[in-house]
Amino acid sequence: MPSSRLNWSEFIINRLIQLAGFSSILFVLLILYFLLSEGLPALGMVPLSTLLSTRWYPIEGYFGILPLLLGSIVVTLGATLVAVPLGVCTAVYISEVAPQWAKEVLKPLVEILAGLPSVVLGFLGILILSPMLRNFLSLPTGLTALAGSLLLGAIAIPTIVSIAEDSLNTVPRSYREASLALGATRWQTIWGVTVPAARSGILTAIMLGIGRALGETIAVMMVTGNAPVMPAGLNALFLPVRTMTATIASEMGEVASGSAHYHVLFFIGIVLFIFSLIVNVTASTVGYRRTRRQERLLS
Amino acid sequence: MKIKTIVLILLLFPALIGCAAGQAATPSAGTPALEAAYIENKGSDTIVNLALAWAERYQELHSEIRISVTGGGSGTGIAALINGTVDIANASRQISPEEIKEAGAKGIKPVEFVIARDAIGVIVNPKNPVKQLTLPQISAIYKGEITNWKEVGGEDRPIVRLSRETNSGTHVYFLETVVRLGSSTDKSIFSPDTLLLPSSEGIIAEVRDNPNAIGYDGLGYITPEVKTLGVAKDDRSPFVLPSVATVNSNQYPIARDLYMYTGKPPEGAVKTYLDWILSPEAQKIVQELGFVPIK
Repeated sequence: MPSSRLNWSEFIINRLIQLAGFSSILFVLLILYFLLSEGLPALGMVPLSTLLSTRWYPIEGYFGILPLLLGSIVVTLGATLVAVPLGVCTAVYISEVAPQWAKEVLKPLVEILAGLPSVVLGFLGILILSPMLRNFLSLPTGLTALAGSLLLGAIAIPTIVSIAEDSLNTVPRSYREASLALGATRWQTIWGVTVPAARSGILTAIMLGIGRALGETIAVMMVTGNAPVMPAGLNALFLPVRTMTATIASEMGEVASGSAHYHVLFFIGIVLFIFSLIVNVTASTVGYRRTRRQERLLS
Repeated sequence: MKIKTIVLILLLFPALIGCAAGQAATPSAGTPALEAAYIENKGSDTIVNLALAWAERYQELHSEIRISVTGGGSGTGIAALINGTVDIANASRQISPEEIKEAGAKGIKPVEFVIARDAIGVIVNPKNPVKQLTLPQISAIYKGEITNWKEVGGEDRPIVRLSRETNSGTHVYFLETVVRLGSSTDKSIFSPDTLLLPSSEGIIAEVRDNPNAIGYDGLGYITPEVKTLGVAKDDRSPFVLPSVATVNSNQYPIARDLYMYTGKPPEGAVKTYLDWILSPEAQKIVQELGFVPIK
């Protein structure tokens, strides 16, 4: 009797866990279906040449999504340039270099930073960051792609730090000891042994950070100025931009359901979905390949 | 149907239930004037927040009256009035002769009420020496034809144009009245580098801090931290600063009347409601929401 009851509960718990696992697949598929069914009609209502034009002014029928696409790319690339070096170095410092007391202070602080609502960062961006940028760089306005990149960098850093730090911690102690025993310095051990061993985890951290930056909406909407200008060249960083997320967020609330504008906004959602899919697939394949190679090398 | 409409209905739902409950209680109050009534109010998205605020306040005062407010645009509201499905239509423009004719064919004679005024102030940083601009100059600035303040008598600084988002009624009104100078054949639009800020606060904050900026907003949203410009209709007209007085005397050029229409001369609950809307108490709400009261 007790053993059969045990089997039953075992069975039920297994099924529940399985259900939870499959439900996430189901949700992603449902979201994808919804996006496609609402977004693809845009292709029938708006000619492709209009969609790929360079002017976005939906209330007069200008549906060029190129400036929004490039706007998102510029801001996300900027954020990556800020967040990756800072984030990875912070993780290395916390995990490898910092004395115990510093670790105990830094780790929770980073986690608090991760929990900070982005709208709060947006306020700091409007009131402090953008006037500072305008004064120091003597720009016409501080509401630029650069302000957005810096804020998004700050939002992505905690994600990168905590995941990269976790993966550095899982590198076996014996690797470091062996390297030091062979006469390598501390820096050589970090750069030549520990970081490469944790490479797949660090890459995942970076990709998740980029994904976080790409999808962030409210902070970007507050500081980038939202002007749908075509970014051209390097100085695009110092001009206002409009990202895909900000466009959807600010226009979806008032759009007439079923209109061309409504479907184009969902089409932008599809583009955004494809972007994050690419980022995630890159993260998992790169991470997977590196592990395989590394396992071979170390075995 | 717009998404906003749905949201409004959802917002109103608890109010409706509350009213239904209140209705049952009213007979015991015993005054014969307090007859239960249902007022359907629909139209302009510019007015929808004002109409909602009025409806909420009025229902607090008179629990026997139920008022449903929906947006959808001035045209939608007037069309519903002509079809006889609403009691009051909200419009941010006057009813057109065609619409009056169409209404007449269905035996409806629209009655007009000016319920508030909407004025838009053009604002710059207090450090900017420019004090006034003509409408054609503002239009050229927003179209991207004038890009430096020295072209309109200011310092040698680039002009940073700020605007509300395209979904705002203020944006559309500014586009039609200022950028296109009121011409219906003019198809020009804002320069693409116009910053579209999601809130009034965003515009005020940037104009307050940035000496290059020019912005516009409903009169009620403008704070003393920014400088409001005098505006002239053209080169020959005098420059006028916006105020309740200049808006009500039609001297200030970027202002319009906001209307409510009824299908017949109002009576009963609709009349009491419209009378209340024109009362000082209701007109105070007008000012709180950033419009200009009519008295």
